[in-house]
Amino acid sequence: MSTEAISRREDLAEKSPWGLLSWVASVDHKRIGMLYILLAVFFLVVGGMEAVLIRIQLATPNNTFLSPQLFNQLFTMHGTTMVFLVGMPVFTGFSNYLVPLMIGAKDVAFPRLNAMSFWMLPFGAFLLYFSFFTGSAPDAGWFAYAPLSTKAYNLGPGIDYWIVGLIVMGIGSIAGAINIIATVLCLRAPGMSLQRVPLFVWIMLMQAMLIVITLPPLNSALALLCVDRWLDAAFFEPTRGGSALLWQHFFWIFGHPEVYVFALPAFAMISEVIPVFSRKPIYGYAFVAGSSTVILLLSYGVWAHHMFAVGLGTTANIFFSAMTMLIALPTGVKIFNWTATMWGGSIRLTASMLFAIAFLIQFVIGGLTGIMFAAVPIDWQFTDTYFVVAHFHYVLIGGVIFAVFAAVYYWFPKMTGRMLDERLGKWQFWLWVIGFNGTFMVQHFLGAMGMPRRVYTYADNPGWALLNGVSSFSVIFMVAGTMVLVWNVVWSLRAGAPAGDNPWDAFTLEWATTSPPPEDNFKSLPEIKGRRPLWDKNHPDYADWKSSQTPGDGGWRPSRSKACAWSFIVSEAIFFLLLLVAYVVFNTDADTDGPTADSALNVTRTAVFSAFLLASSLTFWLAERSLRAGKTPDFLRWLGATILLGVVFLSGQAWEYAGLLAQDVTVDRNLFASTFFTVTGFHGLHVTAGLIALAIMYALGKNKHVTSAQAQPFGAIGVYWHFVDVVWIFVFATIYLGVFRS
Amino acid sequence: MFPVFQPESPQAQAIYDLFVVVLLISSAIFAIVSGLVAVAIWRGRKFADMPKQDFGSHRAELYWMIGPVIIVLWIAAISAYLVLTINAVPAVHPAGDDAPEYDLTVTGHQWWWEVRHNDSGITGANEIYIPAGKKVRVRVRSADVIHSFWVPQLARKIDAIPGRNNYVWLEAAEPGVYEGRCSEYCGTQHAWMNFEVYALSEEDFAKWQDSNSPDRKSPPGTDPDALAGERLFFAHTCANCHAIRGTSATASIGPDLTHLASRKDLGGGVIANSAENLRRWLKNPQDVKPGSKMPNFNLNDEQVRQIAAYLESLD
Repeated sequence: MSTEAISRREDLAEKSPWGLLSWVASVDHKRIGMLYILLAVFFLVVGGMEAVLIRIQLATPNNTFLSPQLFNQLFTMHGTTMVFLVGMPVFTGFSNYLVPLMIGAKDVAFPRLNAMSFWMLPFGAFLLYFSFFTGSAPDAGWFAYAPLSTKAYNLGPGIDYWIVGLIVMGIGSIAGAINIIATVLCLRAPGMSLQRVPLFVWIMLMQAMLIVITLPPLNSALALLCVDRWLDAAFFEPTRGGSALLWQHFFWIFGHPEVYVFALPAFAMISEVIPVFSRKPIYGYAFVAGSSTVILLLSYGVWAHHMFAVGLGTTANIFFSAMTMLIALPTGVKIFNWTATMWGGSIRLTASMLFAIAFLIQFVIGGLTGIMFAAVPIDWQFTDTYFVVAHFHYVLIGGVIFAVFAAVYYWFPKMTGRMLDERLGKWQFWLWVIGFNGTFMVQHFLGAMGMPRRVYTYADNPGWALLNGVSSFSVIFMVAGTMVLVWNVVWSLRAGAPAGDNPWDAFTLEWATTSPPPEDNFKSLPEIKGRRPLWDKNHPDYADWKSSQTPGDGGWRPSRSKACAWSFIVSEAIFFLLLLVAYVVFNTDADTDGPTADSALNVTRTAVFSAFLLASSLTFWLAERSLRAGKTPDFLRWLGATILLGVVFLSGQAWEYAGLLAQDVTVDRNLFASTFFTVTGFHGLHVTAGLIALAIMYALGKNKHVTSAQAQPFGAIGVYWHFVDVVWIFVFATIYLGVFRS
Repeated sequence: MFPVFQPESPQAQAIYDLFVVVLLISSAIFAIVSGLVAVAIWRGRKFADMPKQDFGSHRAELYWMIGPVIIVLWIAAISAYLVLTINAVPAVHPAGDDAPEYDLTVTGHQWWWEVRHNDSGITGANEIYIPAGKKVRVRVRSADVIHSFWVPQLARKIDAIPGRNNYVWLEAAEPGVYEGRCSEYCGTQHAWMNFEVYALSEEDFAKWQDSNSPDRKSPPGTDPDALAGERLFFAHTCANCHAIRGTSATASIGPDLTHLASRKDLGGGVIANSAENLRRWLKNPQDVKPGSKMPNFNLNDEQVRQIAAYLESLD
């Protein structure tokens, strides 16, 4: 190496980012994980302040502290913030930090994608909160029910910021989840079979899969709302043939599984904390892991329990009621596993364990009121009252947030190298137990008094002022508890007791390295022969593998690129599926005014152009084969042909669009036109994105940067390209051939 | 104080009974779980020895699954049975036992309720008069966004959805006044979209019907203020949104004002209906109910007094 090169490298080292900038530039999963958690804490404070303002307004009857407009904006932003800027990032953060450590990996599968996923979040959050500066923050509720959220009833730009912010954050969340899936599947250390991963890892794998399937319905709904608001379609406008209920269906197909996106990580954390502080393995690993998988499978079948009051009809109500009762079993029965884990254990009542125990009790309350709501007639009385507010805060604060606090006290030493103060931790615990129960327990009774949700004020009805006063007053304890936590963190970072590698005598691999871990995580790994490798190492006489055999590691790890590509197209497939559902819903009626698929579309011509698109899958396959065989000229030839065929297809689309526009068939003309342009437009967008990826590969290939070593990522692009073609087959069958028309 | 726990109709009673059953079961489960947790902590409070490393037993898990499975299936069954038997969604053209004895249409607006008595043609706003002891079928509709129609003591809640007809039974066992509220968030003034159901005895209801009959013409007023107010009412485009029976005002964008003077509240419950409050409302509705669809007409005090006098005469 020449001296010049050496000095240049030193230069680079000097110029490599330092201080705060090093956090921005980092692709280390631990730093990104902490960024996620810090972002969540920041927005927990923001969303908490919004809640405080809401409770001040509701403390007394006929209060005028907030205007109705501002109150409505605040509860909308409170819900949106807590779901998308606290719940999503805090768990992605812990997952990011812990999953690679727990499986003995150096980093996540795609470190740079990981950084992108994170930075989408503050960007989306900025868009969302920028709406306040326009003077009109979103005010249609976090659920944004159409038609209230459509242009006709909501002129301000708030909803538009909300839509764009959610789409941006959603892209980040899906990318982050795909990363976790690929990490768990592909990067496990030798010996770590899928049946041996810590429960935290298994459940977070389920949660990541759930994110991948649950966010697309929201994106479909947001896409429709965009087209509705900006291009004057009428998806949600009954007077023009639209449906006021379609939004609710799409939203809750996302919205209910989203509850499990929060509940699963809470289970994941509790399933690590309780065994360690009981000095016992989890009771019934298979049941806890398996029931989390069952939740994933059932979660798509319960959405309409949010809609019992809309008058869906008896059959639908009973079906969704029964499904909801069913999903309560894998959710609720785990309580017995955690209790059985504690049973006969040596229990250490650390702050972390206290929060975990409070989680058990409070989550049971939230779960039991959930059973009440699953009974349709009870829901008919209590839905949209303060009873439901109490119910889901018991699940989301009493359950989920308490689990997060347990996790903070448990993993803080690993992340920082210092212990949090236990005495302050217990102060925070009791302040939160009192504050949380004081605020939300009384809200059950307010519901029975007939107080609806989302009212900015109320008349001085008997009892309302007292209970609302108690509810509002108790918030002070939660605020104080939070300040204790912040002080504890600040103080402990400077003066906390050094943690050492494994302060809790814990079981899993993150404790087998230093606190905090070095950049590449491990110097060496203990042998992995069971589910608790560190326990086995530290207590060889009681080692798990001596008494309980777990399936060994066959060594199989799928390709990262393929795992990523397949997860991505599952998500995309659901997005298109719901757009096609919207098409079918709005195009089954024979007597619509204006253009229809029969009158406006030239099926034969589009069939010819479709053949070009489908042929491109064949040429792509030939290109991939040539690349693997190392025949670069052939590879470039077939890749060029693929791009050309794709362009021909898009030209056909453009021709068709031009013809339709010339006949005055525009997106706002009628519901056929709106759904047609929405579905084919989004498909065209995907083809274009695929072409860009192919063009980049072509350019790289031309410059001889693509060799058979790049066959894997190229294959991943192939999965996407074939997927776009398959989607088109369904689009063509649905729209052009009308196979779903009666 | 607790309308949900004080049912006054067969339907609300049946739902309350189901609630009590589920509440008792839930309390028992809660007591068992927290008892087990407490005992486990008590037994394991001394952190000393090495506990037995117990990985679990499928048999134990199977046993403790049995209870919860039976419980949730049983709750699902009794609630499904109730859904089927309380006949919560009346048929559109019911016959026999299901035939309504009285028929109403209620339409949710931002932020008030339009009431129409289908047989007599009587219309009103925010106050629903029904005959006590009769099965009243209410068709629930919406003129704009989604609302929800809820009278906790009398019936389940049912959403008012634009483009759809929903039906619900109202059946008050005894004469009385029952509070109702909109319980689906519907925009700025969702909080003030309250209404009352007045269940009247047969005799009182007949009287009410008679005095509200669309055929009855109220005698022309003589109060000069009221007459001036009447002229202003039509000159200031009030009639573009409001209806007053027997006049040329027939619009239904805002509440029907035919018997305004007899109403308990104004603006969906935001203020009591008194002469002074009515003047306050007319002076600037946006001050009383910010965001309300009624604009501030910038009337002077004289005009406010005259229009109020006219509306006060409508009893």
